[in-house]
Amino acid sequence: MLTLKNIKKQFDGRTILDNLNLEVPDGQILAIVGPSGAGKTTLLRCISGLETVDSGEFILDGQPYDPANNRDNDKVIGVVFQDFQLFPNLTVKDNITLAPQLVLKQSKADAEARGQALIDQLNLSGKEDLYPYQLSGGQKQRVAIVRALAMNPKILCYDEPTSALDPDLRQTVEQIILGLKQNQMTQIVVTHDMTFAENIADQILRVEPIKA
Amino acid sequence: MLHYATEILPSLLSGAWMTVRIFFWTLIAAIPLGILVSLGLTANFKPLRWLLKFYVWLMRGTPLLLQLIFVFYGLPIIGVIFQRYDAALFAFILNYTAYFAEIFRGGFQAIPNGQYESARVLRLTRSQTLLRIVIPQVVKIVVPSIGNEVINLIKDSSLVYVIGLGDLLRAGNVATARDVTLLPLVLVGIIYLLMTAVATFILRRVEQHYRSWR
Ligand SMILES: Nc1ncnc2c1ncn2[C@@H]1O[C@H](COP(=O)(O)OP(=O)(O)O)[C@@H](O)[C@H]1O
Ligand SMILES: [Mg+2]
Repeated sequence: MLTLKNIKKQFDGRTILDNLNLEVPDGQILAIVGPSGAGKTTLLRCISGLETVDSGEFILDGQPYDPANNRDNDKVIGVVFQDFQLFPNLTVKDNITLAPQLVLKQSKADAEARGQALIDQLNLSGKEDLYPYQLSGGQKQRVAIVRALAMNPKILCYDEPTSALDPDLRQTVEQIILGLKQNQMTQIVVTHDMTFAENIADQILRVEPIKA
Repeated sequence: MLHYATEILPSLLSGAWMTVRIFFWTLIAAIPLGILVSLGLTANFKPLRWLLKFYVWLMRGTPLLLQLIFVFYGLPIIGVIFQRYDAALFAFILNYTAYFAEIFRGGFQAIPNGQYESARVLRLTRSQTLLRIVIPQVVKIVVPSIGNEVINLIKDSSLVYVIGLGDLLRAGNVATARDVTLLPLVLVGIIYLLMTAVATFILRRVEQHYRSWR
């Protein structure tokens, strides 16, 4: 379970997040909704440690947690970026198995076996040796999800997972997210699409831009 | 004429060997140094950035010929003495590192911040990120520009003539002056063409290698 208490974040003296509180129980899906510029991405970046907060606390499984500096590989927070950010110089397989080998010290065979299971689960069989430029948007997104899952994250975060895809792929994304929920994956999904949020979420958090 | 050509060829080839040595060692040193300097050019530590900017500005803003003369004939005046060959290598490496650094700096700037961020959330270290993710992408971007400099370097190496090193150009010029014939200079031209052709071929292969992904 992840808890945020009184999180405050400013950019150049401008408050983006003000005393924000939230709680994501294990295996649940939290959707964060709100208009553009409300600070959804910023919140996700704070949770995943890409931004530091100005004040407030993070608590992960009952322990204080510092997203920006945590080095415990049992406490990874995975991220699926809006534009996926796959590594263009690596094949699908290498995108997925690089970090498990370098960071989790898995053997190549081990990382590939685990990777393959996830590849099959997310319908990417046969794409292992392709490079990212050879994939469709939906396939890229699934590779990004597998790459994050291969690190055995505690929580998986998505920034606007429907925005870079064709509208008819929205349902596929819903199915993937709900499928991972079946495996008890705790997920945080940022979106400005209310219907999408309602379809997937156990809990919806609204953020609004803060007037200066 | 053929007889004459075989007669002067050994001296031309030994000159060419000097050219190749300067070419080779300059590349071996200046490419990695160029990468390091380009990282320094984008470092957060301002004094380092300014110092390196000044160095690049100086090297690119003055002729390599002046730099060669400065190192070999100038520095001894203040007590820094180089052998001819060392002076040539020193000046070439200093000069080419600056050019390579500028090229690599452009390459590094072309890598989106998102690549660093996705490596970071996957918990790769800074050096893992550079070696496995960033540098391969940078290399792909810079290969064509590096290629131009490599060809330039073959030709620039003839500047060592001015500090009295026996390179290919000098060997040809000596033979021409002694025997009053154009043939040595023509042969010199042909040998330069062969060297640039080999370099071009290797560069094409490298470019092709990086064509498997985009
Ligand atoms: N690195 C930054 N520096 C300064 N301002 C930023 C930075 N990142 C985001 N902002 C500002 O914070 C606000 C929230 O941005 P963001 O979190 O991207 O909103 P959302 O994802 O909800 O559209 C915006 O006004 C944006 O301009
Ligand atoms: Mg956003």
